[in-house]
Amino acid sequence: MFSLVSEVSRWAIPVVLLLVPLAAHARGVKVFETFVEGAEDGFNTAIKTIPYLVAMLVAISVFRASGAMNVLVSVLSPVLNLVGVPAEVLPHAVMRPLSGGAALGISTDIIKNHGPDSFIGQLVSTMQGTSDTTFYVLTLYFGSVGITRYRYSVISGLIADFTTLAASVYIAHKVFG
Amino acid sequence: MVNYVWLGMMICGILVAAFNGRVEVVTKAALEGAQTGVNTAIDLIAIITFWLGIMKLAEKAGIVQGLATLMRPVTGMLFPSVPRDHPAMGAIIMNISANILGLGNAATPMGLIAMKELQSLQQHDKKTASDAMCTFLALNTSCITLIPTTIIGIRLIYGSQDPTSIVGTTIFATACGMSMGILADRILRGLYKRQGR
Repeated sequence: MFSLVSEVSRWAIPVVLLLVPLAAHARGVKVFETFVEGAEDGFNTAIKTIPYLVAMLVAISVFRASGAMNVLVSVLSPVLNLVGVPAEVLPHAVMRPLSGGAALGISTDIIKNHGPDSFIGQLVSTMQGTSDTTFYVLTLYFGSVGITRYRYSVISGLIADFTTLAASVYIAHKVFG
Repeated sequence: MVNYVWLGMMICGILVAAFNGRVEVVTKAALEGAQTGVNTAIDLIAIITFWLGIMKLAEKAGIVQGLATLMRPVTGMLFPSVPRDHPAMGAIIMNISANILGLGNAATPMGLIAMKELQSLQQHDKKTASDAMCTFLALNTSCITLIPTTIIGIRLIYGSQDPTSIVGTTIFATACGMSMGILADRILRGLYKRQGR
């Protein structure tokens, strides 16, 4: 099952890059000109996200470097302990929705210290493999089209993150515990 | 909501730094954060330009609309406010497929294209997220991953006997998160509607 899925991933993009231009050509589309016409917007779309990304990443960076992040971890610890989250993975759980790079750094560190096949190592691997960096995705996607009022998106994103965390802990206890 | 999160992170960060007697880290961290933001956007230029070109071809070839029609039973349920054969549906499907396969480089540009299409459906208020955008982001931030490639690589580096042992647990956890994300989106949409927000 795993090798099938990884084969599909390996082939997916080359196949798309083969089939899409072929299909377009078959429909009488001028492939080169049409590609360029579409690609024209690429620069502006990317540049438009800068103010949004800077705003969000400055706040996250200040929050983390100042030590406020650690304060949040110690405040949330008792709550997360109730659902059986071990203390070692708490910084990762709190960091995951905020910063993808920082979360990866934390999980790498835990895997290095506890070993990849220990319970803690398997748990943090599962947590790292799941869910995207919610705040990054929200900032980038909304920023690219100039949305500043996110409505309930932050709440539903965090509810999903918390569910994923609880589910990771539950399944890790069942499978690796 | 995002205003409070932002303000909260800034204020708490600066106060904690001051309390710990190292308020100067704030300046450095702020500039580093800004640098990361700009670098991320610059890195995105290449992949977004490339995928926008391919997507234009897919659109002209009728593939995007074809996908939209094919997946109509599912997407119609999730995005009732989007017209049934709108190109936004095609882009959403391609984004979710890329996410499921763990192809982050392709998923992001397709997601941005989907956002642009969803934004084109908004008539009046172009600054406020539409219902469909909120649902799309709820799906996107909690999407099922079949192969978490990065972490498998790290497990391998640190000598795991079975680096892919976490594939099953990851699929289970993401499936739970995604279901809850969709449910939360549906409930919150109703609540916000009632309050007229």
